[in-house]
Amino acid sequence: MATKPAPAQSTDATISRRGFFMKLGVLFNGLAASVLAVPIVGFLLSSITRGRANGYLSWVPLGQVSDFPEGETRLATFQNPYVMPTDGKTASTACWVRRIAEEQFQVFAVNCAHLGCPVRWFPQSGLFMCPCHGGAYYRDGSRASGPPERGLFEYPHKIENGLITIQAGELPTPGAAIAALTGEKPQCAS
Amino acid sequence: MRIVIRRIGNWFDRRLQLAAPIREMAEHPVPRNTASWWYVFGSAALVVFILQFVTGILLALVYVPSGAEAWSSLQALNHDVTLGWFIRAMHGWGSNFMVAIVLIHMAQVFLFGAYKFPRELTWIIGVFLLLMTLGMAFSGQVLRFDQDAYWGLGIGASIASRVPILGPAIVKLMLGGPIIAGATLSRFFALHVFVIPGLLIGFVCLHLLMVLKLGINEWPMPGRVVKRATYVNEYHELTKRDGAPFVPYAVWKDMFFAAFVILAVAACALYFGPFGPTGRPDPTIIQTVPKPDYFFLWLYALLSLLPPSLETPALLIGPVLVIVGLLLLPFLSGEGEKSWKRRPIAVLTVLLIAITLGTFTHLAGFTPWSPHMNAWSSDPVPDRYIHNSTALERQGALVFQVKQCRNCHSLGESGGQRGPALDSVAVRLTQDQLICQVIQGGGNMPAYGKNLSPAETTALVAFLETLHPKGQAPARDASRDMALSDENQPGVKP
Repeated sequence: MATKPAPAQSTDATISRRGFFMKLGVLFNGLAASVLAVPIVGFLLSSITRGRANGYLSWVPLGQVSDFPEGETRLATFQNPYVMPTDGKTASTACWVRRIAEEQFQVFAVNCAHLGCPVRWFPQSGLFMCPCHGGAYYRDGSRASGPPERGLFEYPHKIENGLITIQAGELPTPGAAIAALTGEKPQCAS
Repeated sequence: MRIVIRRIGNWFDRRLQLAAPIREMAEHPVPRNTASWWYVFGSAALVVFILQFVTGILLALVYVPSGAEAWSSLQALNHDVTLGWFIRAMHGWGSNFMVAIVLIHMAQVFLFGAYKFPRELTWIIGVFLLLMTLGMAFSGQVLRFDQDAYWGLGIGASIASRVPILGPAIVKLMLGGPIIAGATLSRFFALHVFVIPGLLIGFVCLHLLMVLKLGINEWPMPGRVVKRATYVNEYHELTKRDGAPFVPYAVWKDMFFAAFVILAVAACALYFGPFGPTGRPDPTIIQTVPKPDYFFLWLYALLSLLPPSLETPALLIGPVLVIVGLLLLPFLSGEGEKSWKRRPIAVLTVLLIAITLGTFTHLAGFTPWSPHMNAWSSDPVPDRYIHNSTALERQGALVFQVKQCRNCHSLGESGGQRGPALDSVAVRLTQDQLICQVIQGGGNMPAYGKNLSPAETTALVAFLETLHPKGQAPARDASRDMALSDENQPGVKP
C-alpha cells in the first residue's frame, strides 16, 4: 500500500499534476484496503459473531434418568453440539450429575469456578476438590473453601421421555455471563 | 584456487554490494571494556532463537496441527521418527534456555544502565521481545497438545473471561469457538509458527540495528553521569580514545558463550529428553493434575496464594502495570548514574523480583495449596499414633482416613499440606474447639457437619485429642473443668 504522501518539491504544473495522481493513488488504495478489511475483520471475529447469530448452546442428552442412582453424584460425558472435523477427543465434555431424588437433579460443569481445572467428586467426604489451586465445593456445588469466588457452574437441565438433557455448548468460565450457566444458587437444591 | 574463490566473490559483490557495509559493521569500534563476559547474553539469545527456528522447522515436517492428531504426531516424533525425540528435546530445552537468557540479558542491561539515553527505544523493543518470547513459550506449550496444554488453555480462558464486558468475546476469540478444541490448536499454531516469529524477526532486526547505530553501552563507571546534551560526544570520544574493532576484539567471547549454550541445550536434551506429551487431551479424563511449564510456575503459585477478592484486579491490572512500568523506565530515569554501584534501589529491585519469582517457582514444585487427591487411600495413619489407643480412638482414625481429612492434613510428614499438620493438634485446640472446627469448618476448611454422623464426629474428635507430643498435655478449657466439677453444678449440693 502506498502511504507516503508525495513531497511537494516544485510549483511546476507537471509535478503538481503528478502530485494529484499520487494523492488519488493513496485514496484509491485506502478504499481498496477498507473494502478488504470488511471480510478480514469479519473472518477474524467469526468465532464471536457466530454466537450472536445462531448461538452455540443446544440441548444435549446425558442418558437415561435411571442411569443415575438417587442420592449419588456420577460423571457423565456428552458430545459438544458444535463440532469441527479436527476436534478429535476434545469434542467431548464431562459433567457431574447429582440426582437428589426422583426427578430432582443438579448438573455441574467439571470446570472449577476459579480457573477451570477439572474438579473431582469424593463421595466419602461429600466434596468436590480441585487439583490445581485447592478449591473445594460441597455436594450441592456451593463453595466450601479455597480460591473460587462462587460455587460450581451448573448446566440448565430438563427431563424428557426418561432422558436427562442439559443445555450446553460453551466452556463455562468465571467471567462469562452466559445467561444459562450463571446462577449463584443451585436451581433445585434440596 | 584462492584466486577463483576471490573472483566468484567479487562477481557477487559487484552485484550485491554487501561486502563493504558488512565489513564496516563487523569492524565498528566498541569501547575496550565492553569486551566482557557480561556482554554475551544478547548474542546468546539470538543464537538460541536461531536454534529454535531451525528445530521448529524440523518439527513442523512431522507435527500435525489438528486437535484430533497433534498428540499422536508427537508420539510418532518421540518414538517412531529417527531422532525425533532429540529434536523435540532440543526445541523444548531451547525454549527454557531462551527465556532464561532473555531474562538474564534484561537484568544485565538494567543493572548496567544501558536503557538510558540514547538507547531508550532499544530497551522498549527489548520489552516487546521479552513479551514475544513468553508468548512463544506459552503457545509452544499449547502446541504440545496434551492434558497440561488443554487445561492450561482453560486457565487462560478463565483469566481472559474476567475482563469486564469484553471477557466472553475475548474467550471465544482466543479459543476460536465456544470450547477448547481443534480450532483453538489451529490458531495457536498460527501464532506460534507465523505471527509471533514474524514479529520476533522484525523486532530482533530493529534491536540489532539500534545496537549498531547507537553503539554498545560502555562499561558503567561510578560517577560518569549520562547527560542528554553531552553523552553522544562523550561516547564517540571514548570509542576513539579507547576503542577496538568488534571483530575480533570482542566477538570471540560471544562465540564461545554461544557455542557453550548450544552444547548445554544439547546436553540437557540428551540427558533429560523431550517434554511430554503427558496424557491425551481428552476432557472426559478428569484424573489429571495440570501444571504449566517451568517459566509459568510462579504464576501458578501466585494464583493459588492470592486472596480471592484480589485475584481479578491483580490478574487484569497487574500485567498492565508491569508492562507500562517497563516501557516508562527509560523515560523516568533516562539520565544519571549508570553504575549499579551507585544505584542501590535498582540492585534491590532485581534481587526482590528474582527472590519472589524463585520462591513462587519453588512453591509450585510441591503445591502445598492443593489437596493430595490420593493421600486418604495411600498414606496410612502412622502406627505410633494408634498404639495403645481405645476402640473409639481407632474408630476415629478410620473416620479420619475415610473422610479424606488426610488429603489436606498431614500426619507424620505424609498427606496434604492444604491445612495445618495435625501431629500436635490436641495441643492447639480443646475438645470443644475441635468439634466446632470439624462441624462448622472455617479458616478455609469446609464444614463437615452434614457429612459426619454424631458418632463419627465423637470418634474423630477422640482420635484428634490423642495427637499431642509425649510429655505435652493436650489443650483443655479450664472454665469447662470448673463447670463440670461437682461444687459448681447448680442445684447439686455437696
